[in-house]
Amino acid sequence: MTGDLHTLALGHPLAATAGAGEHRTLIITLFSVFVAATLAITVWAGRQTKDATDFYAGGRSFTGFQNGLAISGDYMSAASFLGIAGAISLFGYDGFLYSIGFLVAWLVALLLVAEPLRNSGRFTMADVLAYRLKQRPVRTAAGTSTIVVSIFYLLAQMVGAGALVALLLGATGEGSRRWIIGLVGLVMVLYVTIGGMKGTTWVQIVKAVLLIAGTLLITVLVLNKFNWNISSLLGEAAKQSGKGEAFLEPGLQYGKDGTSKLNFISLGLALVLGTAGLPHILIRFYTVPTAKAARKSVNWAIGIIGAFYLMTIALGFGAAALVGPKTITASNESGNTAAPLLAEEIGGGAGSTGGAILLAVISAVAFATILAVVAGLTLASSASFAHDLWANVIRRGRTSEKEEILTAKCAAVVIGAVSIALGIFAHRLNAAALVALAFAVAASANLPTILYSLFWKRFTTQGALWSIYGGLISSVTLVIFSPVLSGNPKALFPGMSFDYFPLANPGLVSIPLGFLLGWLGSLLSREQPDAKKYAELEVRSLTGYGAH
Amino acid sequence: MDTAPTATQEPEEPGCPGVPGPSAEPDRFSDVQASAEFGELRRAQRSFAFPLTLAFVTWYLLYVLLSNYAGDFMDTTVVGHINVAFVLGLGQFLTTFLIAWWYSRHAAAKLDPRAEALRARLEGGE
Repeated sequence: MTGDLHTLALGHPLAATAGAGEHRTLIITLFSVFVAATLAITVWAGRQTKDATDFYAGGRSFTGFQNGLAISGDYMSAASFLGIAGAISLFGYDGFLYSIGFLVAWLVALLLVAEPLRNSGRFTMADVLAYRLKQRPVRTAAGTSTIVVSIFYLLAQMVGAGALVALLLGATGEGSRRWIIGLVGLVMVLYVTIGGMKGTTWVQIVKAVLLIAGTLLITVLVLNKFNWNISSLLGEAAKQSGKGEAFLEPGLQYGKDGTSKLNFISLGLALVLGTAGLPHILIRFYTVPTAKAARKSVNWAIGIIGAFYLMTIALGFGAAALVGPKTITASNESGNTAAPLLAEEIGGGAGSTGGAILLAVISAVAFATILAVVAGLTLASSASFAHDLWANVIRRGRTSEKEEILTAKCAAVVIGAVSIALGIFAHRLNAAALVALAFAVAASANLPTILYSLFWKRFTTQGALWSIYGGLISSVTLVIFSPVLSGNPKALFPGMSFDYFPLANPGLVSIPLGFLLGWLGSLLSREQPDAKKYAELEVRSLTGYGAH
Repeated sequence: MDTAPTATQEPEEPGCPGVPGPSAEPDRFSDVQASAEFGELRRAQRSFAFPLTLAFVTWYLLYVLLSNYAGDFMDTTVVGHINVAFVLGLGQFLTTFLIAWWYSRHAAAKLDPRAEALRARLEGGE
């Protein structure tokens, strides 16, 4: 089930690592350095943030390479770093499958979405839809789904952050966990309100460099240990896993029965189609000056993210081979601490200075990762609230730029507060369900509308509304009635059973439904598609004429 | 600009080449849209991106389905502890990199010059 990937949510005491106080001091020091440095960058960026373009799009001043790094930083969340390494270390090959879906998904963004979006939009995803459709209903719908997707994604990271931070710092008590969630929320709100997109982008860049450097270091050390022979690394991992060659073959996690196989297809579909509909990723394309630069940034992102996911092979199988599944599961049931444990082991083992340093470095990188991702999500959702819902729907375009930015900052504070509260009270929620839901909702509600409005001339407002609301409602409803919420011991409400829908991920049903409703809604609509507006959108999106 | 995304009264960004004003414009866009040059640009984009998208999504889903339902085939040893499943997985990485490179080459050769020519014409015609 998806539950095994990004379940950072459960607070199991980290038996093997968190004990020694020196680790804790080192981790706290390194992490404080990261927070201090990034806050300094944020303040510097804040001084340069003057108008809406600065705040929402970082002044469109980033290069393709910089934005490629920032996209990677936004995308490689704790789920990728800790979750996939953990999943591979416990489920072998089936864990590796995630890496592939997360990467291939970028081609949809590259081939179909990034450039036309950059050419025709301004600050948010809804900008592109509002071009040719009725602005207010479409912005309301797109703003709503942006906020829903971002909040689910955000909540997953917050819940995970709290559990992880508490775990690694050895602070497993309820009080310190809450305190830490609050602190993470506060720092992320500071990034966004002070630094806007410029500050947030630099935070992503710093984090991406740290994450890649840390992962590369561990990968080199692991491969060196196996004389750069992948086959012997895999062989040792299989041996230590206790499952033999089956560890290297498909099916360990998803091959149990027909339902779990269907669930895997559903998840695969959501992953590959979800990325190009994630609002916090889409708004990154606005931070570069041209469509060509947007293309370049996606290419860099594909290279960086691809290299990173390739290294998760060494991380995951390395953890299985060198740490062993018993130690990993003793520390965290779903394997989320496999990467830090591997770092400790490869540095010389528990108790050694090398081990302590590497563990501290990798843990600090993991915290940096979480912080950067939540900042990106907060910015995406507050931008959509201020630009789509407030300025264009509620105030009908009668706002000043200052008022709009102020609204975005207030929204960031509110969203930060909401996610802190949810993170504290809903810590029993399964982070995996939330992330997978965010991908599924993005693929069901956002992607069809984006593609139809860019490429289909008969698309109408009704089609967009049916598609967005249909995709949104169906995916959320199916999750409510899925095994994620009830009917089994791992569910959110283990005592109840209203799990009428057998799949943990709704994508298999809700994604085709989103596309179907967009098509049907357009065909059945009485409104004539606006040919002139479509001409304008099509010409602009392909030529870049008049791009902001 | 009635329903265009820039409905707020924000000042035009500096350096932004004359963002077209309100609705007198769209007719010009229809003319451009109907022009042969634009048709070529659109065809060059769609005839490349659409089939390729279909191809890599199919290839990815095939891989997912093989992992699900063709265990024996995927378990076949290639060399040492490396099996077909692992090789195909690495193949997904390789094809992703290749497609990204191929598309960028196509875009630089076939899309960018056409887009630039049309943009220059639109900007010159104001």
